[in-house]
Amino acid sequence: VHIMALRFEILGRFNRARAAQLTLPHFVCQTPLFMPVGTQGTIKGLTNNQLEDIGCQIILGNTYHLALRPTAELIDELGGLHNFMNWPRALLTDSGGFQMVSLLHLADITEKGVTFQSPVDGKPMLLTPEQSIKIQNKIGADIIMALDDVVRTTITGPRIEEAMYRTLRWIDRCIAAHEKPNEQNLFGIVQGGLDPALRDICVRGLVDRNLPGYAIGGLAGGEDKDSFWRVVAQCTAALPEDKPRYVMGVGYPLDIVVCSALGADMYDCVYPTRTARFGTALVPEGVLKLKHKVMEADVRPIDPTCSCMVCKNYTRSYIHCLVTKDAMGSQLLSYHNLAYMMRLSKDLHMSIIEGRFPEYVCGFLQKQFPKGDVPEWVCNAMEVAGIDISSCCVPFS
Amino acid sequence: MELHLHCLRRLSLLPQPSRFPSCLFSEEEKRNRVQEEEHHEKKKMRFVVKACRNGRAREGVLHLGSCPTAIETPSLLLSTCKGLPFFITRDLLPSLPSPDSHLLQMSPLHFLECPSATTISNIGGLHQMVGLHEHCFVAAPRDSILGLPDFEGTNKLGASFETTGGRRLVKPVEYMKIISSLKPDLWTSLADEVPAWVSEKRNQMSVDRTVCWLDDCIGINLAAGASVLGAIVGGSSLDERRHCAQEVVKRNVAGYWIGGFGLGESMEERPALLAAVTDLLPAERPRQICGLGLPEEVLQGVAAGIDLFESTYIYHLTLGGSALTFPLDGEERHGYDSQLSDIGSDHTKINLRATVYRKDTSPIVDGCCCYTCQNHTRAYLNHLLNVHEMLAHILLEM
Ligand SMILES: [Zn+2]
Ligand SMILES: [Zn+2]
Repeated sequence: VHIMALRFEILGRFNRARAAQLTLPHFVCQTPLFMPVGTQGTIKGLTNNQLEDIGCQIILGNTYHLALRPTAELIDELGGLHNFMNWPRALLTDSGGFQMVSLLHLADITEKGVTFQSPVDGKPMLLTPEQSIKIQNKIGADIIMALDDVVRTTITGPRIEEAMYRTLRWIDRCIAAHEKPNEQNLFGIVQGGLDPALRDICVRGLVDRNLPGYAIGGLAGGEDKDSFWRVVAQCTAALPEDKPRYVMGVGYPLDIVVCSALGADMYDCVYPTRTARFGTALVPEGVLKLKHKVMEADVRPIDPTCSCMVCKNYTRSYIHCLVTKDAMGSQLLSYHNLAYMMRLSKDLHMSIIEGRFPEYVCGFLQKQFPKGDVPEWVCNAMEVAGIDISSCCVPFS
Repeated sequence: MELHLHCLRRLSLLPQPSRFPSCLFSEEEKRNRVQEEEHHEKKKMRFVVKACRNGRAREGVLHLGSCPTAIETPSLLLSTCKGLPFFITRDLLPSLPSPDSHLLQMSPLHFLECPSATTISNIGGLHQMVGLHEHCFVAAPRDSILGLPDFEGTNKLGASFETTGGRRLVKPVEYMKIISSLKPDLWTSLADEVPAWVSEKRNQMSVDRTVCWLDDCIGINLAAGASVLGAIVGGSSLDERRHCAQEVVKRNVAGYWIGGFGLGESMEERPALLAAVTDLLPAERPRQICGLGLPEEVLQGVAAGIDLFESTYIYHLTLGGSALTFPLDGEERHGYDSQLSDIGSDHTKINLRATVYRKDTSPIVDGCCCYTCQNHTRAYLNHLLNVHEMLAHILLEM
């Protein structure tokens, strides 16, 4: 008997790519989908209404930050994170481990859990798999993530193997600690660095546990792109067809298109909002730097093909004048960038359902690489995905 | 002084020029001009005083071109930065009480750096640029937040301001170039605002300059002149206040902008200064004031017959993490509550940063119909403030 709190129905396919309906306790989502990161229980400067307007389906909350403030106990007491932030749609929380390892230099991982120095009083604290799940049970998101042993992808050697096996041992402790399998879906995380043999052991171990969904972890950490897509391709091929697949930390539009072609369904990244703070907008052609001097007299919208509130109302010139000085510009850019990611998700979903996924991918690549210089790793990945992109590539001489 | 006399004379002596001397304009240009004038006619302001109360205080209705509904006065103007309300996003603007919130105040000084006046004109003016077609903008250089008068830097050529980009001297020609490109619904002439403590001579000079610049501004752009609020200064001198008001009243202006307040004068001397000015102003034109922000200061202004106020107080409260709970329905006010004041709250506002609101699941004001109160609890706002999230300011400003 396996209990899960989601339904995953595939509505359309193109080779490995799939478009599905993911029914979660709080929302019925369409995949592929992108999840904005709302670290502190809010997305930088956007209201819940705006997030709903642009089509946001799931928000990601960071367990580490929420556990520090306002604390899991308080969120629980006030009826869970959905109630606390008054967000009616789906939520996902991470395990908190990654934040510790990436934010705190003094984090130390042992078999018991992640030991870290409390940023409040400096005392050593321990986050065990059991505690991570307990906290996430209190926060109450639709999807919760297992605590995994995170190592940088650029690290090699026995540490990768140790982390992979530990992740497998910890998943059992997470499953045992999970008190709300009827309301919350526990996703396991595939580790194993860039080593296909280790990834294989980890995927098979997790699939045996019959979890409601799976994440591919340990990527988007500075590894080369060719290794990146090969790990994704290997994992998606080995994961069950009828469960959602989430590639963690992936957020560049090009990466999302490639991963979706390889059969992944969910993504999260701070990139769209972070890059907005630096004055950069995501557009079909790539990126637009609004701080650049040439924007000063440009009276066009950021993206003339975008129908978001920002593009309908503001010119590049005006946003240029906002981003060079104030915070207000980044708010508008975040809005557009997230709207862009939502539109990308929807376009992927619809093009798969309507049987025109290869055409969509080609159109996307043509705009990003008008000279036909599509990176080799993309060409390689698309070959494995069974998508002919020769029409948008310059033939190799 | 010479300059001043020259300006005064110019206005009274100049014959009303024929609008389109045919030798100067082509047929097409003439057509464009006519269209522009018609457009202007449509956008014209109308103001009616409905009732007067307790002497000078009055209630009125203001119709402004781009606003679909009439605005009841006395009314607050929402402060903006570069034409956008400080923290409120555009989708939330409609959820503010209408139609008062359709009235925005903006400072042309925010556009000294960029975009250029030409670019703003290419975009089609301020309303087009900020995407707020149904909102009205009143343009005034001093905004009490990012642009403050710098009387020491001001000279006969122009007014100086302390801006985020440093000290800037703004000459009437330059100012009018921005105004002409922005095309706000109303705009104020340049003023030389001085603090209450300057010498009598300096105060007189400020009145002379302010009147002179009014003539300059109107002279530079006759078309825009229809929507000008003439600036009135005069510091803490009743005589200078009256003198300035008398001069400005002689000009053809749409209304009045009373400056030079909130610059060191005392609460006690203010009512007399205000009354000295408003007593001389024709009743049928709107009056805006700059520099009065606190609720009790606004009440002083209302009593003196002021119609329009800025809302910088709300901005500062919001930044400080407080929410206004001022009883608007005349509800009985209770005595001093030491418990509230300990945490920086009183009966007009609460400090949401305080830990007592950590678990408070009630809205800021029970029964309030604003977006924030309808959707969020005091506990959530307390959390957002504690983690320094931008959303907190967005929600509080509402
Ligand atoms: Zn857009
Ligand atoms: Zn309210």
